[in-house]
Amino acid sequence: MVFNIYDFTGLTEWIHEGLSRSLSPGLTLVVEWALIGAGLLTLVALLGLVLIYLERKVSAVIQQRMGPMRVGPWGMTQTVADVLKLLLKEPLMTRNADKFLFNLAPFIVMTASFLALGALPFALGLHIMDLNIGILYITAITSLGVIGILLGGWASNNKFSLIGAIRSGAQIISYELSVSLAILSIVVLTGSLQISEIINTQQNGWWLFKGHIPALIAFVIFLIAGIAELNRGPFDLPEAESELTAGFHTEYSGFKFAFFFLAEFINMFILAGVGAILFLGGWLPLHFGIDNSFNHVMDFIPPIFWFFGKIFALILLMMWFKWTFPRLRIDQLLKLEWKYLLPLNLLNILLMAFIAMQGWYF
Amino acid sequence: MMADKKAGLKSQEYFINMGPQHPSTHGVLRLLLSLDGEIVKKVEPHLGYIHRSIEKMCEFDSYGQIVHLTDRMDYLASHINNEAVCLAVENALEIEVNERIKTIRTIIAELQRLSSHQLWWGVMGMDLGAITTFLYGFRDREMITDIFEETCGARLTMNYNMPGGLMFDIHPDFQKKVKAFLKHFKKKLPEYDQLLSDNVIFRERTVGVGKLSKEDAISYGVTGPTGRASGFSNDVRKQEAYSAYNKVNFKEILYTEGDCFARYKARIDEMWESMHIIEQLIDNIPEGLYREKMRKVIKLPKGEYYQRVETPRGELGVYIISEGGMSPYRLKFRSPGFSNLSALDHMARGSKIADLVAIMSTIDLVIPDIDR
Repeated sequence: MVFNIYDFTGLTEWIHEGLSRSLSPGLTLVVEWALIGAGLLTLVALLGLVLIYLERKVSAVIQQRMGPMRVGPWGMTQTVADVLKLLLKEPLMTRNADKFLFNLAPFIVMTASFLALGALPFALGLHIMDLNIGILYITAITSLGVIGILLGGWASNNKFSLIGAIRSGAQIISYELSVSLAILSIVVLTGSLQISEIINTQQNGWWLFKGHIPALIAFVIFLIAGIAELNRGPFDLPEAESELTAGFHTEYSGFKFAFFFLAEFINMFILAGVGAILFLGGWLPLHFGIDNSFNHVMDFIPPIFWFFGKIFALILLMMWFKWTFPRLRIDQLLKLEWKYLLPLNLLNILLMAFIAMQGWYF
Repeated sequence: MMADKKAGLKSQEYFINMGPQHPSTHGVLRLLLSLDGEIVKKVEPHLGYIHRSIEKMCEFDSYGQIVHLTDRMDYLASHINNEAVCLAVENALEIEVNERIKTIRTIIAELQRLSSHQLWWGVMGMDLGAITTFLYGFRDREMITDIFEETCGARLTMNYNMPGGLMFDIHPDFQKKVKAFLKHFKKKLPEYDQLLSDNVIFRERTVGVGKLSKEDAISYGVTGPTGRASGFSNDVRKQEAYSAYNKVNFKEILYTEGDCFARYKARIDEMWESMHIIEQLIDNIPEGLYREKMRKVIKLPKGEYYQRVETPRGELGVYIISEGGMSPYRLKFRSPGFSNLSALDHMARGSKIADLVAIMSTIDLVIPDIDR
């Protein structure tokens, strides 16, 4: 076995060769798919546990309280207990709700998250698919989630849910533009939509540093619009606890609610992942200058830790936003996007294109 | 309309029941909203979900017992509610309580106002989506409730007042604890501004939202900080000074904008003023009895008596009609929340659902106070 934490190519090839030696090519593919599926499921389950625990503890720190402390050491198994509770809960449904759509909605949301997760490279050689239009694929897939939210709100037969769903439709479709344009401004620099290629162009420095001010603007816009696309605070209008009780998932209970809840956290992970890939060099370590001892120390840390470290840094930033800012109003939200972010973004792309044309980036 | 028909679309107003179970009505208030998309066309408050017929019960209770019932009206200002009834009874009996009682009553009332405003601040942030404020408000409120607990054994429904004085004398540590709290809160109140008042999103959400003109405030009978934010000078503590308010020096907070932010600022400023009042009194609590000698059975002479006090929400009036018996013939409370709520429809018309929530929280509704 050729396991190397710095390069997973050997491991994946070893598995592939081992399987194809004893199985037919078709069966090999099936087994590999099953392995990938199991891997993804484990990742999602783990992420769900970790992120929910993290959210609770981060909010607790911000709010000067302890957070969960009773179940397990420092409340670590609180999330497991909550998942069990959700599993055992009665799946309720409002009268005259559209049964099929009501049940379908959480699965659409979850499927979109899973599909997008498949395109993230976790380390060198550790990605499920490296499409030549990878980043376009992620933007396309993540926007599928809004269909689930709209369906859920519509099928619930509840006016609060409907308002939440319509809000989320307006919000996600608007902010999609800004996210895509912010991504585009990095694609201008890389000249490729392939994720591995985007990461490779950052071998000598992250785009956030190399791309001058336009990259910084794009990063900020990406974060703002990304959080809005996630329906997270301060842009959590579709849920808006104090206005719409729980927005589009008011009527959901039990595991279908858990799906919406989990999808939100997975989407947060995906957004942070895309941010890390585009602006912070994906799984590449932090380097300053050329060939000094600092770089060697950084190289020693395996890429997978780098990638997850960057993602969690961005996630912590998002949590910080959520727990300190009040919520925007729907007209202010749309005004922010269409009057400020979008024109700024378009200008930014022009600037970025100019910089790329002149070759002013490092 | 024509364009709508052409596209085969039909738009219509719809109704939504906000409450009686809703996170931002802060109790069992039911608002029947008439909405056009996100825009509020009409707000119709429906009361009666927490009606306990307190006024009717008062007709069968002795005056000492009535005091206890008032705790359950505005539970965030139980001491001030108690004080209103006590003052009414004392005035009717023409008893003048001593300075010690007056001073202690005033200090506790101002502490209560602070605690009520702290809770309001936390809840206001939460209504606008900033959940952290809630915990901050509660953290500081805890110190005040601890002082109350030490003084009279209760934290919320205090029953510290009684006609003719107080239930108990203050705890020996009272002055020390109150000073410690003031020292703590003077550092923490600027934090409130940092976290919420100066936040861009918060300003966007409150400035210019839910305007109430001075004329409307007067005609709806909107009192308290809500009315004062519209420029309606109505502080009972100034106009009809009771207890020890004539001895202290404080400003009546007046704003002229009449929007949510003015109401917000009015309450924040009131917290500073309350601390200022307590500071002036805490070091010179006069010696004396904590309870005047009263007859065991209180019988008010035949007549009508009215007493008003300033609760954190506005003007609370107690109107007693006595026939000379042990219990009143009729007792009417003029609760501040009820009148303030009546202006909600006027303020919220034409704004968004999110604005309605902001307006509601700047009115600072306590439902049991509205619905007695």
